[in-house]
Amino acid sequence: MSGPDAPAHQRTEQLPRVFVGEERKELDAVLAKYPTKQAALLPALWIVQRKHGWVSPEGMAETAEVLDVTAAYVRGVVTFYTMYHQHPVGTHFVQVCTTTPCGVCGAEAVRDAFVKATGSKRLGETSPDGNWTVIEVECLGACGFATPVLVDDDFIESVTPEKVPGIVARYR
Amino acid sequence: MSDLVKLTVEGREVEVPKGTMVLEAAKLAGILIPHYCYHPSLPVAGVCRMCLVEIEKQPKLAASCATPVAEGMVVKVQTAPAREARQAVLEFLLINHPLDCPICDQAGECELQDYVFQEGRSATRYDEYAKRFNPVEEFGDDVLYVPNRCILCTRCVRFMEHVAEEAVLNVSERGDRAYIGIDDGHRLNHPWAGNVVDLCPVGSLISKDFLHKARAWDLDKTPSVCTGCTQGCNVTLETRDNTVLRVRPRTNERINRHFICDEGRLGYPWMNRADRLEAPMVRQDGRLVATDWDRAFAAAAKLVGSARSRVALVSPGASNEALAGVAALLNKLEGTGAFRVREGAEAPLAGVPNLALRKERAPNVHGALAVGMSRDWAGVAGRAAGAGLVIALDESLEGVALGSAGLLYLGTVLSDPARAHAAVVLPCCNAAEEEGSFTNRDGIVQPYWQAKAAPGMARPAAWVLSEIAERALAGAAA
Amino acid sequence: MGYPHPPHPKETPVLSKHFGEADARTYGGWVQRGGYKALEQALGMTREQVVDAVKASGLRGRGGAGFPTGLKWSFMPKEVTKPHYLCCNADESEPGTFKDREIMRWTPHALIEGCAIAAYAIGAETTYIYIRGEFTDPWRVMETALAEAYAKGVVGPNAMGKGKRIDMHLHRGAGAYICGEETAMMNSIEGKRGNPRIKPPFPAQSGLFGCPTTINNVETLAAVPHILVNGADWYKAMCLGNPKSTGTKLLSVCGTIARPGNYELTLGFPLKDLLYDLAGGPLRGRRFKAVIPGGSSVPILTAEEADGTVLDYEGCVAAGSMLGSGGVIVMDDSVDMVYQTMRLAAFYAHESCAQCTQCREGTAWTTKILQRILAGQGQARDLDLLLDLADQMTGKTICVLSDSCAAPVVSAIKKFRPEFERYLTNGRRSA
Repeated sequence: MSGPDAPAHQRTEQLPRVFVGEERKELDAVLAKYPTKQAALLPALWIVQRKHGWVSPEGMAETAEVLDVTAAYVRGVVTFYTMYHQHPVGTHFVQVCTTTPCGVCGAEAVRDAFVKATGSKRLGETSPDGNWTVIEVECLGACGFATPVLVDDDFIESVTPEKVPGIVARYR
Repeated sequence: MSDLVKLTVEGREVEVPKGTMVLEAAKLAGILIPHYCYHPSLPVAGVCRMCLVEIEKQPKLAASCATPVAEGMVVKVQTAPAREARQAVLEFLLINHPLDCPICDQAGECELQDYVFQEGRSATRYDEYAKRFNPVEEFGDDVLYVPNRCILCTRCVRFMEHVAEEAVLNVSERGDRAYIGIDDGHRLNHPWAGNVVDLCPVGSLISKDFLHKARAWDLDKTPSVCTGCTQGCNVTLETRDNTVLRVRPRTNERINRHFICDEGRLGYPWMNRADRLEAPMVRQDGRLVATDWDRAFAAAAKLVGSARSRVALVSPGASNEALAGVAALLNKLEGTGAFRVREGAEAPLAGVPNLALRKERAPNVHGALAVGMSRDWAGVAGRAAGAGLVIALDESLEGVALGSAGLLYLGTVLSDPARAHAAVVLPCCNAAEEEGSFTNRDGIVQPYWQAKAAPGMARPAAWVLSEIAERALAGAAA
Repeated sequence: MGYPHPPHPKETPVLSKHFGEADARTYGGWVQRGGYKALEQALGMTREQVVDAVKASGLRGRGGAGFPTGLKWSFMPKEVTKPHYLCCNADESEPGTFKDREIMRWTPHALIEGCAIAAYAIGAETTYIYIRGEFTDPWRVMETALAEAYAKGVVGPNAMGKGKRIDMHLHRGAGAYICGEETAMMNSIEGKRGNPRIKPPFPAQSGLFGCPTTINNVETLAAVPHILVNGADWYKAMCLGNPKSTGTKLLSVCGTIARPGNYELTLGFPLKDLLYDLAGGPLRGRRFKAVIPGGSSVPILTAEEADGTVLDYEGCVAAGSMLGSGGVIVMDDSVDMVYQTMRLAAFYAHESCAQCTQCREGTAWTTKILQRILAGQGQARDLDLLLDLADQMTGKTICVLSDSCAAPVVSAIKKFRPEFERYLTNGRRSA
């Protein structure tokens, strides 16, 4: 595919610049909170991901430019933090916790239920219709409410395999 | 209160300035604590964990590269806990490191090999597991990165960020998936980038120029001075079979610390040129004819003796000794000797004061100035045609009108003007083939030594000139 | 409050008193519940007086290390020559721990007030509250509450009209457990990879942006207003065990147990009562097998050991573990200890920052050995190898992530060895 979600060298159209208009104002507000430009990097990357859907090479290059750091530096930071998507993902991004406290409460069955209910072929792979990417993550900090699941920015607690199809349906 | 601290390392007492790290104090006590990520020119990282030592009264082993000395500290390097910790680090490093020694350029000068041989296990317990595999990457025009061999000491990243001040390398990913990354749009072509190859303790960052060229233990090493510019970086010429195969920096805290630029590092092929002058020549019946040194000296001395006005056109790459020899042959020094120097863009190593690839691309501009040679090339060369004698020292004389002046040509290769005009041609050594000295831009005189034999009958220019002077003097007296 | 369950009479609800009350999240609702009186009081005291009160209370860091809070504050320079910073650690990623999210999403103003008092006490004008990226709900609640606090002048250039500047900013993490380590957090705020720093220098000398910094956990800071309003003696008196462990702690009970949730208990409370009485004991037809009292980075206790454990810092150490973050992970007899040990090792391998050799390679190797054992291909020497690796991963690195991987592995092998050996003998290869 060569649309906006394809890797840079396959794309036929450029992704829009991120830090213009509202996003530039947002970045300026962020910059005011820190004594160095570099400290605005993590917030800036969140803005890029919100606008492009992932942290694209263009997004990284533009961020490097506005914050006076090298693109290599930005890349080193992006690849450290797991929540920044280094490639395009489905319209909805599902994170299922399977670390031990949830693991002993059936989290793996919840994970597998999401893979099935979204029509994904496997974990980490976007579903054929492009709507879902399901991944397994480490402790989400809601262990007493096993199994917690993040669907995009919605933090859903106490998910069981039975509840999964209903949750998925809500997002169609 | 004194600013010095006394401590004991492996039973040896040593006194060092306050703030010194234990690892450096140990060096002064004559003890090398094994380490990878530490380097005196880089900010301390403390990540390899190889330099762990036991310090009395401290419950945990300490990273000696990151632990400042304290009065009365007792440091033990060879006790069992410290040795076992280092052995464990080596085992951990080897679980993903490939058994590449037979094909790895670093073999023979590899710190992983060295410490494993010294302190490591004889066999790994990581058996029948797959090793992590990533393909080789071209980081820049000369630097290759072999990720499988990387031990993530981060020396290269810290060098580019803090010394070169251009952060083109990063650590990417986390955990055992980590590797050294580079942005696609910015290659590692910084003028000082080649130093990461020296800094890399293993064969992960390697030079394409040196790839599979020679084994480290076959190389002879000779201390020398870089001929690339007026900075005067100290180097080591590494030769095998009478050929210069590699140039590496020699530590000099004052002039170049631990570094040389890529121009100096890769600009040595001219030292191995095959098209050299190999015999003295004199012009007979309009043609240059090879002869022996005695006859050549005789002709040269006669040429010198008979000339009333003498002009010298010299290379700013000649040794101090050779330049002095030329100066001695001129009647007076004012306005009679000059040099021209190729210029290029200056390229500083930002994080080190007073260190740059200099605009004037010759090693002995200041040596030439010191013996009275001038920068006024146009003026002096303009007088060449009307002079009785022109002495050329390693200068091609391209573009110089020579008229009917007698030309005494000393050089390493025969230039076209020399072939057309020279009365006497004398073959000389290049800077890899002789002893001599250069004076750098700060006036520091530095010796260089002979790394390989000169071709044919070529001799050091300083010796050639002193022989001529002796005979010319004798001739004048006669 | 045992939230989300109804409060149990044996609990001591101080921090959790208003969990579940939607109105407690608003400024007005919080003031009605006695909020911001402590801040007003603190701003009328000297910095030293505030620090002394917290010192006297015996409050210790609730994030896991248990370091005396007042003492930590006193490390900050008395004279402010460079900006001082306060960082609030809301990264809560220790498996088994889910208390800070509750404090933030039910009583955000409690945290804001605690941060403001702490900032004042250490001479800081700027506070960064580092909230992990996955905490989308707490982020939204904190954002709203902070905007309210600014609007009401409680924080800002002239906090409560007392002439002191107290600025607070939320900083969003992006998925890295290691950023809960205080020096890694500072690097993350500075826009770098979340690598822990070597110490010295210590944060109070040179921390965020090279300036004196104090980092405190959410639960620790939320306790501060109560100490000021009720007095240090009141807090110190809440003590059922060792006098060095005072006040209340939110115990995050989770795993295979009837009523998981956050229970607020006075320190020194018996773990047995928490497990069987307050949290309802095992699920139907099951018995407890193992309990990790303080988050996955502390040694595992057998159910018998747990029965005799007192929930305070010294009590847990005496039992062979640690109170840590207070994340009580309960595992019953349906749990495969070998599998869960592997899962925990995999967690640490995923989260290792990659700086130190032992951690980077050791966590991954440990996971691989355990996976091989689970696949029935373990070798006889594998258990001793795991113990040896764990030994070399302990006490040798910049931070304790490596030690945290070793702790559950060592305790699992020591206390549940038969389960491991069953995999070795039933496997396709043994000797």
